[in-house]
Amino acid sequence: MPTPSYHLQYLLRLADNALVLGQRLAEWCGHGPLLEEDIAMTNISLDLVGQARLLLSHAGALEGRGRDEDALAYFRDESEFRNATLFELPNGEGAHDDYATTIARNLLASALAVPLYEALASSTDTTLAQIAAKSVKEARAHLRHASEWMLRFGDGTDESHARAQAALERLWPYTNEWWATDEVERQAAAHGIGPVLADLRPAWDATLDAVLAQATLRRPADIPFVSSGKHGVHSEHMGFLLAEMQTLARQHPGATW
Amino acid sequence: MTTQSGERLVRARALAAAVPDPEIPVVTLEDLGILRSVDEEDGRVVVVLTPTYTGCPATQVIADDVRRALSEAGIADADVRLTLTPPWTTDWISADGRRKLREYGIAPPGGDAPAGTSVLRFVPRPRPAVESIECPRCGSADVERLSQYGSTPCKALYRCVACREPFDYFKPY
Repeated sequence: MPTPSYHLQYLLRLADNALVLGQRLAEWCGHGPLLEEDIAMTNISLDLVGQARLLLSHAGALEGRGRDEDALAYFRDESEFRNATLFELPNGEGAHDDYATTIARNLLASALAVPLYEALASSTDTTLAQIAAKSVKEARAHLRHASEWMLRFGDGTDESHARAQAALERLWPYTNEWWATDEVERQAAAHGIGPVLADLRPAWDATLDAVLAQATLRRPADIPFVSSGKHGVHSEHMGFLLAEMQTLARQHPGATW
Repeated sequence: MTTQSGERLVRARALAAAVPDPEIPVVTLEDLGILRSVDEEDGRVVVVLTPTYTGCPATQVIADDVRRALSEAGIADADVRLTLTPPWTTDWISADGRRKLREYGIAPPGGDAPAGTSVLRFVPRPRPAVESIECPRCGSADVERLSQYGSTPCKALYRCVACREPFDYFKPY
């Protein structure tokens, strides 16, 4: 029996979230604000790309159309990517990279990844459960890293506080996409593949509230905006990200070195 | 199983176990606890490894190194596979492996990996509370973390407050 669409879509969302954030964080390679953080970003990126490779390989195998991790990462077009819009946003505002923005996004993302991978570790999809059992350890380290930097920024100087708060205000509305439950998640949850993300919101809220309180930062107000990356409808930033990520593989298909 | 293939398996197992880690060559695959099994299927040697971190770039190199080590010893058709279960943790590092790491200048993992929701530590330069980390040079437990991430996915950068030497720490995972 072919793997149902909701199952593949659910896996692709997980995989693409990790892949696209991994790609964004890799942009800090050689540009980090200090050497240790340059190394931290590339290490976190490596973890995320590693998770994405396992998830994409699994999705490709279940799909049964002969697509491996590389085919899915490099030869799908923008509308076939299923990451939430949050992950494709630039590392700052406009052309200016901003470390507070990167750290704020890592905090929002890892505060969800931890309870999500914890839940996925008991998925009825046993391969997904195995991947999650490994990934949750990496996600906990990412959350620890982002939390510590958020505290430094928020409870640091006026400048760092203002930039951390501005980054939160800008990114916060994109988290609405996680809580907007659709049929893919409902079906996946009904079949024990994985949770509805909205069910993880209390855990996410608790983590965010604790970190923001310590960091003397305000929790941004909720607004009704909902982005649509998980349905394949992306922001204007996605095309540029994919161009950079995919160009080598598309110009030299099958190249090895 | 014939005696001949039994001997070949014992030899293959010893060869794979002795392959050094490409990033930390002082420890072997056996020391790290990532060699899960060496068996035979249809006359072919099958080596099963497990990765450390999901994205560790050494994983592919290790698989290639195992194939090469076996092939150089006359076992040319080895099949090297990866398994994720049971997941590797730093608890799989042997006592011998931990000693070799320490002698090499890398503090072996101490204590448990951060678990549950208690991962938030709001101290600018946290002194290890749960983890017990000793300076691999002078043995002092008075150490401080410089960076949560280091030169490979599995390591963090620490400094000994007693002897002032920086050192790598193999993080609990």
